[in-house]
Amino acid sequence: MSHHCNEFSRVSLLRRGAAEAGRGLPAIESGMPAPAGTGLDRRSFVAGAFGLALSVYGLGKLGLFEDGIAQAASGPAQPVLVSVFLPGGADSLSVLYPALDPNYRKLRPKLALPESAGPVFAEDERLHWHPALQPLATLHGEGKVSVLPAVGYTHPDQSHFTSRHFWEVGATDARLASGWMGRYLDHAGTPDNPLQGLSLDYQLQPALASTKVPVASLAAPDEYTFWAPGVWGEVEERMLETLRPLGARRSDPMLNQAATATAQADRLRRQLAPFAANSENGFGSPVQYPQGDDSFGRQLSGLAAMLGANLPLRCVALTAPGEYDTHSDQPQALADGLDLTARSLLAFQRDLEARGLADRVLTLVWSEFGRRGEENGSDGTDHGAAGSAFLIGTRARGQMVGEFPGLTNLDEDGNLRPTSDYRGVYCSLLEQWLGADASAVIPGASAFARPALVA
Amino acid sequence: MPPVYRGPFGKPQAERLLWRAGFGPRPGEAEKLAKHGLEGAVRSLTRPGRERLAGPKPHDDKGRALAPLDRWGHDQLWWLDRMVRTTRPLQERMTLVWHDWFATSRDGVDSARLMLNQNRLLRRLGLGSFQALLTEVTRDPAMLIWLSGTDNTSESPNENYARELMELFTLGAGRGYSERDVREQARALTGWRNDWDDDLGPVRFRYDRRRHDTGSKRIFGKRGHFDWRDSCRLCVQHPQHPSFFVAKLWSYFVPVAPKPATKRALQRLYVRSGYQTRPVVEAILRHPALYTGPRMVKSPSLYVAGLLRGLGRGVDTEAWTWLMSLAGQQLFFPPNVAGWDDSRWLDTATFRARWEIAAYALRPHVVNDANGIPTTAPELLAKARALLGNPTLTGRTEATLRGFAHRALADANVGWKKHQYPPLIENALRHLLASAPDLQTC
Repeated sequence: MSHHCNEFSRVSLLRRGAAEAGRGLPAIESGMPAPAGTGLDRRSFVAGAFGLALSVYGLGKLGLFEDGIAQAASGPAQPVLVSVFLPGGADSLSVLYPALDPNYRKLRPKLALPESAGPVFAEDERLHWHPALQPLATLHGEGKVSVLPAVGYTHPDQSHFTSRHFWEVGATDARLASGWMGRYLDHAGTPDNPLQGLSLDYQLQPALASTKVPVASLAAPDEYTFWAPGVWGEVEERMLETLRPLGARRSDPMLNQAATATAQADRLRRQLAPFAANSENGFGSPVQYPQGDDSFGRQLSGLAAMLGANLPLRCVALTAPGEYDTHSDQPQALADGLDLTARSLLAFQRDLEARGLADRVLTLVWSEFGRRGEENGSDGTDHGAAGSAFLIGTRARGQMVGEFPGLTNLDEDGNLRPTSDYRGVYCSLLEQWLGADASAVIPGASAFARPALVA
Repeated sequence: MPPVYRGPFGKPQAERLLWRAGFGPRPGEAEKLAKHGLEGAVRSLTRPGRERLAGPKPHDDKGRALAPLDRWGHDQLWWLDRMVRTTRPLQERMTLVWHDWFATSRDGVDSARLMLNQNRLLRRLGLGSFQALLTEVTRDPAMLIWLSGTDNTSESPNENYARELMELFTLGAGRGYSERDVREQARALTGWRNDWDDDLGPVRFRYDRRRHDTGSKRIFGKRGHFDWRDSCRLCVQHPQHPSFFVAKLWSYFVPVAPKPATKRALQRLYVRSGYQTRPVVEAILRHPALYTGPRMVKSPSLYVAGLLRGLGRGVDTEAWTWLMSLAGQQLFFPPNVAGWDDSRWLDTATFRARWEIAAYALRPHVVNDANGIPTTAPELLAKARALLGNPTLTGRTEATLRGFAHRALADANVGWKKHQYPPLIENALRHLLASAPDLQTC
């Protein structure tokens, strides 16, 4: 029995392409929005000079991309925004917990974390960091983390699908089909550089769904290898060499289509061979990333390596490890997810610093909502409203945005009320970090207060 | 009548027919079929005997029987097994054609039960009257959910089904209907409803007269108190329907569009038969373009089912679900209501998926020791071909594979290599053969 709710498992199955074992899918609510970018054309493309296999979404002038990427790469370095999503609705009352608040003990008789468990949050000493978030506490101590203890929006929607969609499109609009970062790239990007919006995933992260310019997804540059059972050594090399003549031009058009795919696959295999060879040492990263089954650390080390190779990235989106939809068995599940996420993010920050890239990158960590103030009867918590978010980087201002709202003024559903609006956060990032006009990207931008996020 | 192929009908032609109208030959099957001649071969497919499922029974990775209603991915395995074991391959192939034509996804229907019921419907009516098929699909519960048929009521009409009925199922985009026809068709299609059960999901699909808009409608310039049956009939009888039907059906069997004369002849055949599918399919399967025209790229289901048929292997692992998904085709999950894009099966990502498919298909057959393994290139290649059911190869591919075997044998220049390399070379030949352009296409 898994600890998360049916709706969430359905959402994640849908999103991940769903070839996972399971008990079939639970019902979908009618009126759930389709993820932004659904139905965008996807084409595969190899940026040969950089040895990357990309799935490109959007416009189709593939021939130009190579030049466009090269041109963008030779221009001045641009600020980069990385979005890291904690899937499932992370419990903000555990992420930063009011250790001594008697209401906290009352609402969370079983789940309340002991005062001594996690380090004190220096900006509001009522709060403690979850013990697994020590790495973030460390970065916060260095002034490199802005904390948003209760971020959300009014009239919160407690569907994973819908609330996540709101965050991804940057508006509480179920019908909006482009992502907020995608719309930024529509304005500031170029028609020939798909790397400007990079989804580190098997599919497009909806926040990057654009309408005019191409964006790309790249699951794992080091996994493009060809293995055959019962073949090794010299014979294996000979076998792989044979892909090239099998890919030679044929007169039958369809046979030729298959031959072309063979030839392209063979070329890509050769191009990515350095990445595959390099992946065990984390793409040559100067720091050690956490090891494990999850690909998060490898994705981040690959990202740092790509930035180090001066690839023209501007917006990047990926999903953090762990499942935060903790309806039951919360203590262990939450600690596991937060631990791997926070250690990986710390390694990424140190990597960027070692490579001299730290002033170019800000990372926003967010979740679709927080969880209910009161725990449920199965060692877990149900869907809530305001959640926590973090902005990480040397250029982050390092000061809390919106205060901790306390537990005496929960909303009518018993959830935390937001003290900052995610759309205001997006406006600030667009204006203060990306140098863009927020009103061209976020619907109704003028209505949102802009927190100071960038130092 | 449309032209009929008059050239020689030997193993290569029978092989092509078995791929285009089924899921490829079992070992020896093409040779046997060739003996019937073109006419007999086509009829054996379009008018087959009683169905049997021949070969090893399917099971999951733990050796348990498939549970298509209950286990994730088993619906797909259940169908793949039919593709592999059926003695009526065209029936299974037509079911796949209609699954793509009336593309319904479990993503929206959210019920294996309803999806499998729809699958049985497509199988049952696949070669009969298109109007009967269309009428049954229109009231099929999976379709009623997928394209909002039960949300379409006289009080708040939903145009979802009405639009696709004409755009994708019967007429083609912008061919002989207006936005007004969409609205009026939606009114004609009102009346369906279902209940909701917390355990079973959508249940009790039925026609409820009180939900039907009984008013007069004007569709394609005709006026009447039309209902859902009229809606289907009007589409099939629309003058633009036969050309749409014939061109779309043709595209599933032959990759280049028919010449105008062929198209006209097929349309006449279709209309005169009273909108029957079988005679049109028979004419396509007898047409010279199928035997002399270019090859087609196999879809992932055709590729996997064909490999298993050639190997004489049954469905014995759940890996096919994710492998086919990686290759771009998860059965019961077409990407959208327009179905799969047959022109885009192969790219660098899906080629790698097919390489992986070959690895899974060949793994139980891996040879580990040199006993019984020949030591010359032609013999090694012949053995690899035999394992895969002796497929016909282009000269180019045969020469390339033989060249590989020669070079690899030449590497075996010391004693232990002479002993050890032939099995490795045999395994590699099988893998290269299974993923060669010749076996990706048919």
